[in-house]
Amino acid sequence: MVKKIITGNIAAAWGARLSRAEVIAAYPITPQTIIVEKLAQFVSDGELKAEYLHVESEHSAMAACIAASQMGARAFTATSSQGLLLMHELLHWASGARTPIVMANVNRALAPPWSVWVEHTDMMSQRDTGWIQFYAESNQEVLDTLLICYKLCEDKEIQLPAMIGLDAFYLSHTSEIVDIPDQELVDKFLPKYEAQYPIDIENPLSVGSLSMPHQWYPEFRYKIYEAMERVIPRLNQIEEDFYKQFGRRYTGPLELYNTEDAEVVLIISGAAAGTVKETVDILRKKGVKVGAIRLRIFRPFPQEELVKALSNVSFLGVIDRSFSFGHEGAIFSEIKAALYGAKNSPPMKNYIAGIGGRDITTDTIKKIFDNCFNCLKKNKIDTHIEWVDIKV
Amino acid sequence: MKKLEKLVSVKDLPEAPVSNVPSLNQKTGTWRVFRPDVDKEKCIKCSICWRCCPDISIDVDEEGFPIINYNYCKGCGICAHECPKNAIKMEREGK
Amino acid sequence: MKRAGIPTEEFIYSGHTACPGCGAMLVSRYLLKVLGMNTIMNIPACCFAAIPGTFPETCLGVPLLYNAFETTAATASGVEAALKIKGKKEKINVVGFAGDGGTADIGIQALSGAIERGHEIIYVCYDNEAYMNTGMQTSSLTPMGATTTTNPLGKKGGWRTRNKKNMMEIVAAHGIPYAATVNPSYPLDFIKKIEKAKSIKGPSYIHAYSVCPTGWRYQPELGLELGRLATETGIFPLYEFENGVYTINYKKKTKEVLEYYKLQGRFRHLSEDFIKEVQAVVDKEWQKLLYKEECSNKY
Repeated sequence: MVKKIITGNIAAAWGARLSRAEVIAAYPITPQTIIVEKLAQFVSDGELKAEYLHVESEHSAMAACIAASQMGARAFTATSSQGLLLMHELLHWASGARTPIVMANVNRALAPPWSVWVEHTDMMSQRDTGWIQFYAESNQEVLDTLLICYKLCEDKEIQLPAMIGLDAFYLSHTSEIVDIPDQELVDKFLPKYEAQYPIDIENPLSVGSLSMPHQWYPEFRYKIYEAMERVIPRLNQIEEDFYKQFGRRYTGPLELYNTEDAEVVLIISGAAAGTVKETVDILRKKGVKVGAIRLRIFRPFPQEELVKALSNVSFLGVIDRSFSFGHEGAIFSEIKAALYGAKNSPPMKNYIAGIGGRDITTDTIKKIFDNCFNCLKKNKIDTHIEWVDIKV
Repeated sequence: MKKLEKLVSVKDLPEAPVSNVPSLNQKTGTWRVFRPDVDKEKCIKCSICWRCCPDISIDVDEEGFPIINYNYCKGCGICAHECPKNAIKMEREGK
Repeated sequence: MKRAGIPTEEFIYSGHTACPGCGAMLVSRYLLKVLGMNTIMNIPACCFAAIPGTFPETCLGVPLLYNAFETTAATASGVEAALKIKGKKEKINVVGFAGDGGTADIGIQALSGAIERGHEIIYVCYDNEAYMNTGMQTSSLTPMGATTTTNPLGKKGGWRTRNKKNMMEIVAAHGIPYAATVNPSYPLDFIKKIEKAKSIKGPSYIHAYSVCPTGWRYQPELGLELGRLATETGIFPLYEFENGVYTINYKKKTKEVLEYYKLQGRFRHLSEDFIKEVQAVVDKEWQKLLYKEECSNKY
């Protein structure tokens, strides 16, 4: 084990290297470029034995990964924003074909106007694609989650692809201390990949034929639904194994911070969760009963876990670093739906923050907490959605 | 992986949509309007008819004569048109 | 074992749902006869995506990966890369088998990338000259004068006036090691070229003439005759491009374009003048091809 001070992008590249990715097909896009460059360096130096495809677009990158995965090779790709959107058609294909591809996505805002800074709309727009979706808070988590994901995705009961979101620049280009585990330990944790339906010359298969309405298209989709239901229980088991092997504990789909006796809780995804937790510390010192929940996994959506975590909360502020035009923030909608019919369904408000990379500071979070308490005191939510720190 | 026959419910399906049953259950011969008839007297056993069938429904017997598989022949008529000795005639089905 | 000049073994089952007289079936049949069972086919949305039938049936006796429309060459690249990293590429043929739409239009980017990266794949375009699977709409390989459902015959004309994109030139411009045109009406030439493509340690491109009775509107029995006319008129010349050198395999340009055009319903509306225009274009392209052969053989 080696401790290095590295950026999220380098951590992602290490994650792919330690996972022994065999086929890497990726197209450069700011701010993901360092991932593909570092992997190219690993391959050039002979430190990673992989086929590196200089694909001509993200769409072809995903196509090549799907094919390679179907052929029994562990496939890895990375992208961001526009690139992720370009792959959209094939994201559905990857989950429909049940290929355990793992992808690092540097969360970046969408154009126009052009922006290279952090926003989660790119990944939120992929909610329906059947991919398991993680949002990382630290570079260590980026590396670790990549390893965990391959083990999770390749499980015969799962067989679904996964994407790990890391915030543009806050994680991708910011250095933190990262523990890089030994290859031998990773090999023990993550065995070799074996395709579920190997392409075998002796027993030829046609993969992806036409399927009629009366048989069996709906049933294939039902299988994806069933597999998604198995993800969180299996993830919890794998994270237990991970802790035993590497000594780092991850807590499944949610990270709860001071929520047991909190009156007001904020929920958020991504690196800004760190800022929320820091603000919670500041307020707790003043005796204010606040807490935070970091939503680590967005798909499958951890309904049960959230209902349990919010069972004693008086007010919930949901911070979305994205927006679904025509409605509201994605996390907000989904939590509302999750709490439908729950014993405790606290009043909640949607705060849209950090759009286009606008910084989320402790001041921002303090403002949000203040607003939550105000609403709670007045027993009235001022507005359903508030775009925070916007110059209106 | 065993052949995917007798599928009844979602439990019988593979996880991914993979097919491995040869299409031989589809008897495309029912599509035919015209059927090819081989005149063995004229046939010179060149096998050109076997070669040009898009449905692979012409086989060749030990003597070298063509055997039309009427289960699958769609009656396109290419064999009749290509036969160098006009030994194949297309006759209307049902006559 | 051979019969009538071609290998006897079949790798396609009957019972597939191709139209009677489908050219793509002859193309795929001859292709697989040469490549054999150690072949992985990558097929996008096209006629051949529907032809093998519905789950759980398939008409192919070799592994087949269906892929999204634009991605045939990218998928084939992924297959080839996976086989290479597993050390299994040596004996397995990786084939991209797409129609003209999936090759020249929506699929051209992936094809360009795959050739540029030098993957060891055999890319076969079965050219039936329109988006036949979706109902015969115009593609960039639809020939001059044809009517299609998006170039329908109307009161103001409407038929296609532009000429086909030259895919052979496009792949040649990439410096592809080997490219060839094939035509099921010339099966021995077809077989030879697939043998050559099989041996190439890099990408190869096969442009296959593929008749379509449904889209071109002619009696299906004329399928192979149309193929012969296509080559004898110079509309579909048989030639190869190998390491920069052009070789024309069939030099007898003996028939007029009209003889080929008059047999197909998609050309029925054309005036004599237009046919003369087409003839002029075909003659010019033929001259250019002869010249390319001469030049490329010199240096």
